[in-house]
Amino acid sequence: MSQLSRDEVAHLADLARIDLDAAELDHLAPQLNVILEAVASISGVAGDDVPPTSHPIPLTNVFREDVVVPGLTAEQALSGAPEAEEQRFRVPRILGDEQ
Amino acid sequence: MNYWITKTAAELVDALAAGETTSVELTQAHLDRIQAVDGDATSGIHAFLHVDAEGALAQAAESDARRAAGETRHLLDGVPIAVKDVLATQGLPTTCGSKILEGWVPPYDATVVRKVKAAGLPILGKTNMDEFAMGSSTEHSAYGPTRNPWDQTRIPGGSGGGSAAAVAAFEAPLALGTDTGGSIRQPGAVTGTVGVKPTYGAVSRYGLVALANSLDQVGPVTRTVLDSALLHELIGGHDPLDSTSVNQPVGAFVEAARQGAAGDLAGLKVGVIKELAGDGWQPGVMSRFAETVELLTELGAEVTEIACPSFVHAMATYYLILPAECSSNLAKFDAMRYGLRVVPDGDPSAETVMRATRDAGFGDEVKRRIMIGTYALSSGYYDAYYGQAQKVRTLISRDFAAAFEQVDVLVSPTSPTTAFPLGDKLDDPLAMYLQDLATIPANLAGVPGISVPAGLADEDGLPVGFQVLAPALADDRLYRVGAAVEAALSSRWGGILLNQAPSLEGGSQ
Amino acid sequence: MTTVTKLVDFDEVIEKFDPALGLEIHVELNTNTKMFCGCPAVFGGEPNTQVCPTCLGLPGAMPVVNGKAVESAIRIGLALNCEIAEWCRFARKNYFYPDMPKNFQTSQYDEPIAFEGFLDVDVEGETFRIEIERAHMEEDTGKSLHVGGSDGRIHGADYSLVDYNRAGIPLIEIVTKPILNTGDKAPLVAKAYVSAIRDLIVALGVSDARMDQGSIRADVNLSLAPKGAGGLGTRSETKNVNSLRSVERAVRYEMARHAGILLDGGSVLQETRHFHENDGSTSSGREKSDAEDYRYFPEPDLVPVAPSREWVEELRLTLPENPAERRVRLQGDWGFTDLEMRDAVAAGAIELIEETVAQGTAPQSARKWWVADLLRRANDAGVELAAVGVTPTQVAAVQALVDARTINDKLARQVFDGLIAGEGTPAEIIEKRGLAMVSDDGPLLAAIDEALAAQPAIAEKIRGGNLAAAGAIIGAVMKATRGQADAGRVRELILEKLA
Ligand SMILES: [Mg+2]
Ligand SMILES: [Zn+2]
Repeated sequence: MSQLSRDEVAHLADLARIDLDAAELDHLAPQLNVILEAVASISGVAGDDVPPTSHPIPLTNVFREDVVVPGLTAEQALSGAPEAEEQRFRVPRILGDEQ
Repeated sequence: MNYWITKTAAELVDALAAGETTSVELTQAHLDRIQAVDGDATSGIHAFLHVDAEGALAQAAESDARRAAGETRHLLDGVPIAVKDVLATQGLPTTCGSKILEGWVPPYDATVVRKVKAAGLPILGKTNMDEFAMGSSTEHSAYGPTRNPWDQTRIPGGSGGGSAAAVAAFEAPLALGTDTGGSIRQPGAVTGTVGVKPTYGAVSRYGLVALANSLDQVGPVTRTVLDSALLHELIGGHDPLDSTSVNQPVGAFVEAARQGAAGDLAGLKVGVIKELAGDGWQPGVMSRFAETVELLTELGAEVTEIACPSFVHAMATYYLILPAECSSNLAKFDAMRYGLRVVPDGDPSAETVMRATRDAGFGDEVKRRIMIGTYALSSGYYDAYYGQAQKVRTLISRDFAAAFEQVDVLVSPTSPTTAFPLGDKLDDPLAMYLQDLATIPANLAGVPGISVPAGLADEDGLPVGFQVLAPALADDRLYRVGAAVEAALSSRWGGILLNQAPSLEGGSQ
Repeated sequence: MTTVTKLVDFDEVIEKFDPALGLEIHVELNTNTKMFCGCPAVFGGEPNTQVCPTCLGLPGAMPVVNGKAVESAIRIGLALNCEIAEWCRFARKNYFYPDMPKNFQTSQYDEPIAFEGFLDVDVEGETFRIEIERAHMEEDTGKSLHVGGSDGRIHGADYSLVDYNRAGIPLIEIVTKPILNTGDKAPLVAKAYVSAIRDLIVALGVSDARMDQGSIRADVNLSLAPKGAGGLGTRSETKNVNSLRSVERAVRYEMARHAGILLDGGSVLQETRHFHENDGSTSSGREKSDAEDYRYFPEPDLVPVAPSREWVEELRLTLPENPAERRVRLQGDWGFTDLEMRDAVAAGAIELIEETVAQGTAPQSARKWWVADLLRRANDAGVELAAVGVTPTQVAAVQALVDARTINDKLARQVFDGLIAGEGTPAEIIEKRGLAMVSDDGPLLAAIDEALAAQPAIAEKIRGGNLAAAGAIIGAVMKATRGQADAGRVRELILEKLA
């Protein structure tokens, strides 16, 4: 599997919302490639007949009763907020668009 | 050293029951020890990120009052404990060893913490760890490394170096750890202590700040196998708040440990994992391992060599699945609701604040894994990386299944080397990752594992760990075999291995 | 955006293009609790008071699936004639947004709980089969208040305030396959489909189904292809269209806009658009490049959902009568003409008429009040018919008074005025407003004598046997009694008198 270019690493940092400066890119990019080279060794190890494992101990249908349980007070909810206003989390202006 | 801090938790249980001491006395003794040896980021053991003397003493006083009134909540009621900083503790800071969570005080308790509090164990404080449990040396803590009580120029293992060092330095009789790829067992090995990774789902993960949800497990960190059994029985069991929690009664681990200590392993089938040996494995580690295997035979076990061919792919599998899951888990640290908020100059927006905060708040190893995971999940690469890794994970589980058709337990050295010097592997991620070669397969397959001291390596006089692995939900076998090994070796050594550790008196400040 | 948008006349669009529709409807379930935690899932409530570590995305918290929400999802799937997955998983949809506590939405990706269904909708007597691609479970996001800038819109705001009460409320997302061959009916088909989904949801009782409160939100995809060329053009996705009327208008507008671009030789941008209630236009939102990478993967904190076939069949038995079939039945029972029935459906009066009839009112009378008089009042007030302020019980009571000749239709309208004004029961209103009809002979005879004296010529005609002439006298009497005379009795008295 291919090596990551410096631009690709910058794109990954962008997807991950990490503001890497040039020095960090130079520092991390080669390390990422070393790691990717190592993990690439599993390509082709398991054939199409092998089912994927997403949970080591398989369970199914774990459901909750539709019954209200007490949660947090607004004070508790906002206790860690960097900024709060009108009992809401205050966040910087949101660029782009409603999702 | 204060008399009480050298005692095991099991001994403290008896002393409390016999009225020879009080929880306040025990708690104060351990707080004094922390005061004496823990030091800070620059010197001393630095096993703790936060010490709650006041809270612990208050809990201890309540425990004593209960006992005086003739009611105890649990065998361990009154025995102090340390908690890894990755577990949410209401009213106590929980940082996961990261700047991004500096000062965060959770408004809720992790299920295991709730159980510990309900049972009446005073919580001494929160222990140091690699940032978000990413590492094998505790050097990736944003608050400075923990130092190995055997040699303070060396690593205590990781990510749970704080919990292991705390019990190794007699700062706590018991500690809670978490194990995603070896973070309980490898620190246990390099500090000469005992660590258990229970079966996946056997202990609740609710309130454990997830590194890799399908690999993480909470477990005991202690100085003896029996103490681990006592703590495991307390924290184990089904939790409706954790969808992956196994709905089964907790095993009889204490009984298994007592039975094992009697030293009879007649009829037990033991498999030595062929793939976990060879180049890169320290000779002193291998000779202690060989002696311990020999010891099992003397105790009546039948030892054979077992091949687990897919284990050679465990590292690569692990370093794809873990980063993928953690890249998504750590997205929530965005400066909007809690934790660090860094506001860049100019006209900041939510997005630029997120970027600046995550750059300033995460360390290099966290950034590396987030980016590897982001890559492994991105469209076009998913099948080749994450998809393939989940298939290889199946092969590794099949190797275990096949092995446990032939043997009752599998054994290996816990870690390829003894404790290495601080700083040695900081900028060599792969070399660091190799530390977990022997511990990772158990996490991928969800099976339980224990590390018990096997002696000191000839070349450096540092502790070596012996790992025992059992089938899922057969955790009791770990305690039987672990206790047998511990009893036999302790009688040779005239006490537990830690008695040979250097004294730390005046070892700090 | 100051660029002028060229809009093409609808008929021209139809003669030159084939429209393709696609609808994504998010239904907010009315479960007691949220999708993955025990917090209340009710609308409104003080900010951040319906939250817990899980729906706030606090470090360490974990989700547990609400079994009732899964049940609702399966029932919706069955009602949409879908297959129900034997085994499916939740997946994480990763993207950063401040109103999403974990910065991923727990949703379903390639393993939806329900798939491959259909729903038939009627438009002007023609039936269109809408094919359903999938219905999957997911969680709602929090809500942001945008402070500063213009009218609370996101653009130009100084900062935002986030309330997470809504975060984690269960959503079912229903996605259609491309809807083709609707031609000039495209806007009506879109509206009829959303309306049909709403009826279905109401009948299933799984949601409040209040579009005005966002418990049903429609995203409208539209594209145009050159007439007869086949294939699909580039689509636009108009988000959160929150009324039936808006769905129709949004489709009309996008058809006109796309045609304008295409006829100028331009190409349509694949993007999300916002609908504006005031002028029925849409404006550009986020460009939706296919490069958008959500990095879906199975949610490792949840285990697979594997509904047993027994459970699915049990749930199938709980399905209500299909709304379309039900209408056919009711039209028969009530003896309505197709036109009468269509008007009643369009007015959203079916349930109201049914309840009124259930209390003994003749179907035609119930229809007359709801679809004529009360509908006009609702439209004037700009509210849904059900919210007009008169209940089926009251309509039945008023009609009973008309049947008993205590009041007539004219007076009944004044009773409804009183009911809407909250003046009390129909009886009390008649009392207070003095609306009872005069039917005792004394005052009526007096009025008749006056009228006859005033118009001797008419009186002669009647004596001469021209009974039709009595109408003029009746009119005069009604006038004299300000409409409160019992017209039937007046006629009788006149004829007795002049026989
Ligand atoms: Mg959706
Ligand atoms: Zn909640």
